[in-house]
Amino acid sequence: MTVIAPPRVPSRFLPVIATFVVFVLTFGAGSVRYEGFASGQIVANLFIDNAFLIVLAVGMTFVILTGGIDLSVGAVVALSTMIAAAALRAGWPAWLTMLAVLATGSVLGLGMGLMIHKLRVQPFIATLAGMFLARGLCFVISVESVSIKDPAFRAIATESIPLGDVSITYSVVVALLVVAFAAYVLHLTRFGRTVYAVGGNESSATLMGLAAGRVKVGVYVISGFCSALAGLLFSFYMLSGYGLHAVGMELDVIAAVVVGGTLLSGGVGYVVGSVVGVLVLGTVQTIISFEGTLSSWWTKIVIGVLLLAFIALQRLIVHRQRDLQGLSRD
Amino acid sequence: MTDPTNPARTRPGNEPLVDLRGITVEFPGVKALQDVDFRLFPGEVHALMGENGAGKSTLIKALTGVHALDTGEIHLAGEPVSFAGPAQAQAAGISTVYQEVNLCPNLSVAENILLGREPRRFGAINGWAMRARAAKLLSRMGLTIDPGSALGNHPIAVQQLVAIARAVAVDARVLILDEPTSSLDAGEVAELFRIIRVLRDEGVAILFVTHFLEQVFQISDRVTVLRNGKVVGEHDTPKLSRITLVSAMLGRELGVLAEVERRTERRAADPAPLLVAEGLGRSGAIEPFDLEIHAGEVVGLAGLLGSGRTELARLLAGADRADTGRVLLDGRPLRLRSPRTALAKGIAYSSEDRKAEGLVSDLTVRDNMILAMQAARGWARQVPRRTADELVASYLARLDIRPANPDAVVGTLSGGNQQKVLLARWLITRPRLLILDEPTRGIDVGAKAQIQQVVADLAADGMAVLFISAELEEVVRICDRIVVLRDRHKIAELSGADAGVDDVMELIASGSTRVEVRS
Repeated sequence: MTVIAPPRVPSRFLPVIATFVVFVLTFGAGSVRYEGFASGQIVANLFIDNAFLIVLAVGMTFVILTGGIDLSVGAVVALSTMIAAAALRAGWPAWLTMLAVLATGSVLGLGMGLMIHKLRVQPFIATLAGMFLARGLCFVISVESVSIKDPAFRAIATESIPLGDVSITYSVVVALLVVAFAAYVLHLTRFGRTVYAVGGNESSATLMGLAAGRVKVGVYVISGFCSALAGLLFSFYMLSGYGLHAVGMELDVIAAVVVGGTLLSGGVGYVVGSVVGVLVLGTVQTIISFEGTLSSWWTKIVIGVLLLAFIALQRLIVHRQRDLQGLSRD
Repeated sequence: MTDPTNPARTRPGNEPLVDLRGITVEFPGVKALQDVDFRLFPGEVHALMGENGAGKSTLIKALTGVHALDTGEIHLAGEPVSFAGPAQAQAAGISTVYQEVNLCPNLSVAENILLGREPRRFGAINGWAMRARAAKLLSRMGLTIDPGSALGNHPIAVQQLVAIARAVAVDARVLILDEPTSSLDAGEVAELFRIIRVLRDEGVAILFVTHFLEQVFQISDRVTVLRNGKVVGEHDTPKLSRITLVSAMLGRELGVLAEVERRTERRAADPAPLLVAEGLGRSGAIEPFDLEIHAGEVVGLAGLLGSGRTELARLLAGADRADTGRVLLDGRPLRLRSPRTALAKGIAYSSEDRKAEGLVSDLTVRDNMILAMQAARGWARQVPRRTADELVASYLARLDIRPANPDAVVGTLSGGNQQKVLLARWLITRPRLLILDEPTRGIDVGAKAQIQQVVADLAADGMAVLFISAELEEVVRICDRIVVLRDRHKIAELSGADAGVDDVMELIASGSTRVEVRS
């Protein structure tokens, strides 16, 4: 009976491929223009400087895949640095501090997730509330910047792992592990596939007997956990806790995820894409620092242009798919 | 294809698998179900019939735990049960396939079939085994699609079969099919029925809801008829006559059906065509075709799903742009840039997908009806409230829309009444050419007859109507001319007077191997 021609290049890969091409082009442009740009260490630095962004982008990818959004991540990063700095100053051991930070982030995520699922609050509003709450809590702890002097933290922050010619930090290892684990969860577990199902059509996912509610709450817990973990990485990077850290970072993360090819309406996207999205942002920043005379605000301008371009690309793809469906419907 | 009838599946002593006793479900102001008894036996196909609003959907939802019971009890294999939702019902072996495909278009076909029961290896989903198992289930259903492809890349009919494959994959004891055939073509329906028979013979109890009478007689062993929330009869299908069934469903004499049945005499159509399409076409959608439509005639488009019916209509309605050919209106060339320009020239298009492209389900009946008229006037010139009320009231009465309440929210109306509201919206704009794409799909016999009557009346009043329907009987009955499409080509044009269903079917089937003609 009905035989369908196999789809050609799966259009769902197009955005990720496009992002990768953009990354190669930007990096190539930098290499042509600046002496010493095309070195392994520059690539390694992209990861070192953006490890926390990668972790945040992973959490955000889960949320956006379900069709949600998490605006609280920047504030949770700040809160995490603050809790870490304050706890260490109070003499807590490093492991207990880290545990406390991760627990706080996860619980905040759980709270927002429950609000979104049980009370049917819009994710935008629920996480906006979470953002104000977390940002406010920072200043309850201290209005000043608190520096971190704990030897364990300093050791983790400064120690580098040599890999041939280049060296990376522990933060990079953590970030890459998070990416690998997230990819595993998203593609090879029922939880992960349900994330995609909820993003594709939530009521269908429910009718298919999938645990849509648990997944919807779960992604915010994951994002909260990732924010806290990113907060720890950020505190290694800054070696201080401060309520004004990571202001607006949630928007950078969302930009990276979208540039990485994840549809804001949910259901389509890859963690790897988000990582490449972060790398594109990082490369643009690196080029601007190589240029020296350019204001760092140019980063924002380039990111803005990229975002627009990618959203336009996604619309094009979605439209083409709809056309295809329209044709085959009748 | 003939169906070996299955008598005596309900022989005494055979325990019902599902036994609903004294079910009452009330919604604010309505008793949707009233003291309903219903039995479903293993190894039978049981058709549930009734007009829209008779309580079919409510009964299914009561059985699957979507609606709570006000009174009554449900027994499954002799045990009293109560489900908190479809997931629980599914766990107990009751699977439902809905009219609308309730799957995730972004996931692969295999995932849509097996997610929730996916094969695993070391805790991870075994994608290879999953695709293999899905391929096996699909080939059992005669589908040869790639299980790894995204579901959304396939047409709705294929998606529907995938939904059934999912239901089958659960090892369901009870399979509920809620109008599964409304978007399938004849070959696909035959295929579906083959699957249904296989499952029935394996002992699955199948509850089948459809609006197609033919299909009831083809596939079902027993029929339960609901009307206004009450059971009005439980019959063995072979002993049931068509006319008994229809009158049981309608609860009234068949005058209204008979009325349309005899082809209405109409005045001769204008000699000068209202609209002429010359070599109009759009690549990938419909090959270039010529078409003339005169005022006062109903032109039917017949063809299978995917033959280009909707695509042709969308070109004439300005919803898609043609890349070849031209359109003349009153002999003057017309550029159809958008549905808006078409509407300004008196061409109204009522889409086949009334939920997605038609009604605004959160607005009231009045707002929905006035929408197109308001749009045509421009937003600055509000339709006066009194004019609106008069128009709405007259169309509520003329189309017999129930409830006849202009303030009712459209989403709460039954399918047939929603379709009538949509029809009213376009009629209010007084179009010269009305394009109706599947106006009677998924609605009950009574409403169908009324809509057909309205179409005939409109043509008699001088309107030109382009009528699209998957039901050939309907096309043949009410159209003056029939344009037959196959594989995106216009292959013939028949004058309605000498065209029968068989002629049309022969044309559609000629030179094509994928159609199985049902007699």
